Amino acid sequence: MPTTAYAHDSTAAWRRANRERALPGRTVILKIKRCDGPGKPARWESFKVPVEPGMNVIAALKHIAANPVTADATHTTPVVYDANCLEEVCGACTMVINGHARQSCSCLLDEYAPREGDTITLEPMSKFPVVRDLWVDRSRLFHALTRVKAWVPIDGTYDLGAGPKEDPASQQDRYGMSECMSCGCCLEACPQYTHEDDESKWDTSFVGAHAISQARLFNEHPTGKELKPDRLDELMTPGGVTDCGNAQNCVKACPKGIPLTESIAAIGRQVTLRAFARFFQGK
Amino acid sequence: MSKERVIVVGGGLAGLAASVRIAEAGVPVDLFSMVPVKRSHSVCAQGGINACNEVARQQGYSEYQHFDETIYGGDYLADQHPVLEMANWAPRVIDLLDRMGVPFNRTSESNRDLRLFGGSLFKRTHFAGATTGQQLLYALDEQTRRYEAEGKVTKYEFWEFLWPVLEGEGDDRRCVGIVAQDMRTMQIRALRAGAVIMATGGCGLVFGKSTNSVICTGGAASRCYQAGAWYANAEMIQVHPTAIPGADKLRLMSESARGEGGRVWVPRKQGDTRKPTDIPEAERLYFLEEKYPAYGNLVPRDIASREIFDICVNQGMGVGGQNQVYLDLTHKDPEELDRKLGGIIEIYEKFVGDDPRKTPMRIFPGVHYSMGGMWTTYTEGAYHPDHAWGEHRPGDPTPVDTQAGRGMKHGATNNMMTNITGLYAFGEVNFAYHGATRLGANALLSCIFDGLFCGTSVVNYIQTAEPSHEPTTDIDQSVFDRVVAQEQSKADRLVATASDNPDPTDAAHNPYAIAKEMGDEMTAACTVVKAGPRMERCLAKLAQLRERYAGVRLADGAMWTNQTLSFARAVGDMLVLAEVIAQGSLARRESRGSHYRTDFPDRDDDNFMRTTVARHNPDGTHTLEFRPVRADLVRPRARTYGQKASDKKSPVTDREPASAT
Repeated sequence: MPTTAYAHDSTAAWRRANRERALPGRTVILKIKRCDGPGKPARWESFKVPVEPGMNVIAALKHIAANPVTADATHTTPVVYDANCLEEVCGACTMVINGHARQSCSCLLDEYAPREGDTITLEPMSKFPVVRDLWVDRSRLFHALTRVKAWVPIDGTYDLGAGPKEDPASQQDRYGMSECMSCGCCLEACPQYTHEDDESKWDTSFVGAHAISQARLFNEHPTGKELKPDRLDELMTPGGVTDCGNAQNCVKACPKGIPLTESIAAIGRQVTLRAFARFFQGK
Repeated sequence: MSKERVIVVGGGLAGLAASVRIAEAGVPVDLFSMVPVKRSHSVCAQGGINACNEVARQQGYSEYQHFDETIYGGDYLADQHPVLEMANWAPRVIDLLDRMGVPFNRTSESNRDLRLFGGSLFKRTHFAGATTGQQLLYALDEQTRRYEAEGKVTKYEFWEFLWPVLEGEGDDRRCVGIVAQDMRTMQIRALRAGAVIMATGGCGLVFGKSTNSVICTGGAASRCYQAGAWYANAEMIQVHPTAIPGADKLRLMSESARGEGGRVWVPRKQGDTRKPTDIPEAERLYFLEEKYPAYGNLVPRDIASREIFDICVNQGMGVGGQNQVYLDLTHKDPEELDRKLGGIIEIYEKFVGDDPRKTPMRIFPGVHYSMGGMWTTYTEGAYHPDHAWGEHRPGDPTPVDTQAGRGMKHGATNNMMTNITGLYAFGEVNFAYHGATRLGANALLSCIFDGLFCGTSVVNYIQTAEPSHEPTTDIDQSVFDRVVAQEQSKADRLVATASDNPDPTDAAHNPYAIAKEMGDEMTAACTVVKAGPRMERCLAKLAQLRERYAGVRLADGAMWTNQTLSFARAVGDMLVLAEVIAQGSLARRESRGSHYRTDFPDRDDDNFMRTTVARHNPDGTHTLEFRPVRADLVRPRARTYGQKASDKKSPVTDREPASAT
């Protein structure tokens, strides 16, 4: 079972065609990689799920929670998974489905398992430590946002008038980057981003495309750019933008279509300029 | 830095705004959330955030009119002073978010763009595409992360609030901390705090499927209620007119779709099988536009939901004979749609498979928001007119300016404090601002306003009331241990049922099955249309479910990351809240805002312009009391939204004002 390779059998056209031919009233199989906790062995369990119209992977997992019996009629526990909004805006329910990371809420059974007995495979994301079953600990991802100071350094929350004016083109650019929901699909797809359980190494291991893109987002903001030198200095260190291997998997994996490779290129240029400036300033 | 800490429970807009404001004032914050705060339910808010702005102002709009609209929209059930303060602060809240870097949509001249929203004839809604809640939450998440990096905020993510810790009796009773559980290790522990803010959102899961996120069980509010906090106007549940029905939840199709020109219709011919795009204009029934010429598709949500319900359920005019109507954007420029509504168009495409730019969306109402919630108090501000004012019309001189402290006294320590000293409720979890119906794009405002404005109240409470209190660090450990033991034994008992569960699929004992039945029952009895006998049946069913719940059995006995325990525990708390909602619905023998009774179709100001306040009794029953609404700023008037008087078939009765003016 491939876990990280990016070779989509699940293209939009394939999914649309499946949706057209999906059989009503069928039963499909969910094959789920389970694990009771850190350090425990993984195992596979399969479940038969009767499909209702419009059913997604979350609805199937809810069915299993209410009927925790495997396909070979063995009692088991409900599957543990992370989820919240179920509208593909919170990023919580990301998992590896048929070998590719995506949100399970927007994964419709009609698109992935249109025929009787078709199997959908669910695994936890491989780049983060498993907490239990499909739930992984993505703390490192949020830590990266702190590393690149992904915020606007405002003068506090008191009323100090409006923010800077912004033209619509710049707003559209920033909005596009600001839709990043910290799901981690770009990291799952990235060959340079490797599993790192040791928290003390998070400051020197690759920050990932999402954090580089957030650095660019805040570098573009008139107040946010006050911290641009700090962000670029951080992204010059080990684990920064030079760790990117230019595989370009991230941009294809992003469910929100964020221009991650453009961000990496932009930050690369900014880092180079910053390095020159520092060289000539003798720093 | 203050010696006392503040605990904030919930990391949505209200919780994060409070955390930032309080940390900034030098009081350390412990922030609890069941999810990483960036994944909180606020991300689901789509349409925008209301505030008076210069364009609207020059057309005769004002903060005061925003206030008046909110009171009228809420059908006069909200205490009026806090609403005035919120409307007055709204432009300042927008400015702050703007400074934080929220990518608000812009006009060609780089000003903040505005859109129309329900309950107003003025463009006063600021927006960031169709994911405004997400963008606002991210801005506050970023500021919180900044304070976290500075050591001023400590996050407890994947921690579940279990119970408030109270100390003292009678007037001396106060909240001094919480007991919470790490959802991964299952460790249950107490944390001390000088004040606790509940910012835990709504209770959509009580209705099974809703537009709410997975964590919106109302469990935290229910636990505070069972510990002695009052719960107000529980029966006021907003059903959003336009949601996509789904197998796991109902997905919101923002009111902004109508704000940007979206039209709601059904074929005039019952059972018309033609494709919507093949049905000519003359054969379409734009029922909201016909009935409400002034507001059209932008009548408030309760009215739109009842009209859609009436068309589908009573008249059998739903598309394809089903419970669905068209929400049509196909006449709009697709590029403009992408720029302004891209987020929701994507959701519809992903989950339904049709392109709303080319074919009308099929939608039906879904449970969305709880106007009711934890009862909170406040100190009135400086504005006290000689008499309550009548309807405010555009361009009328406003009776009061927008200085801070006109509505609520700025910094008063009891602003949005519950009946328990030191326990506050901010955002959707309180009952304060929206009366009997919330206007679209006022929720984000009330959440952030609470966090900022009342966050200052919490700081003042800590700093001024603190000296008269024993420091929480000196309180005897037994006060905390007692609550830890209570929650530990509750958890142990539930987990132990897993070892004696011969058939985990047996619906009689299955927590998921019990929750589903509760949701189905509550949706059928306590949403768009209510009636006394049906609610009596609902209460009987809830009593049965509570009995079944006493024998609930889990299918997971693990002492590590046991989600079944968390859910099963919440089901018990949801059943309590469901009863409060049903009992409130039954006791309120009138129709007002979102609460519509077929057996009492009129508003009854003499008897029911009152807040329903529920108190939990030690034997598990509820005592309901009606307390007067503080309404001396604006006089009640009939809430018709310009409905044509000739329309006799309306499910919404044209009501007379209670007192002649």
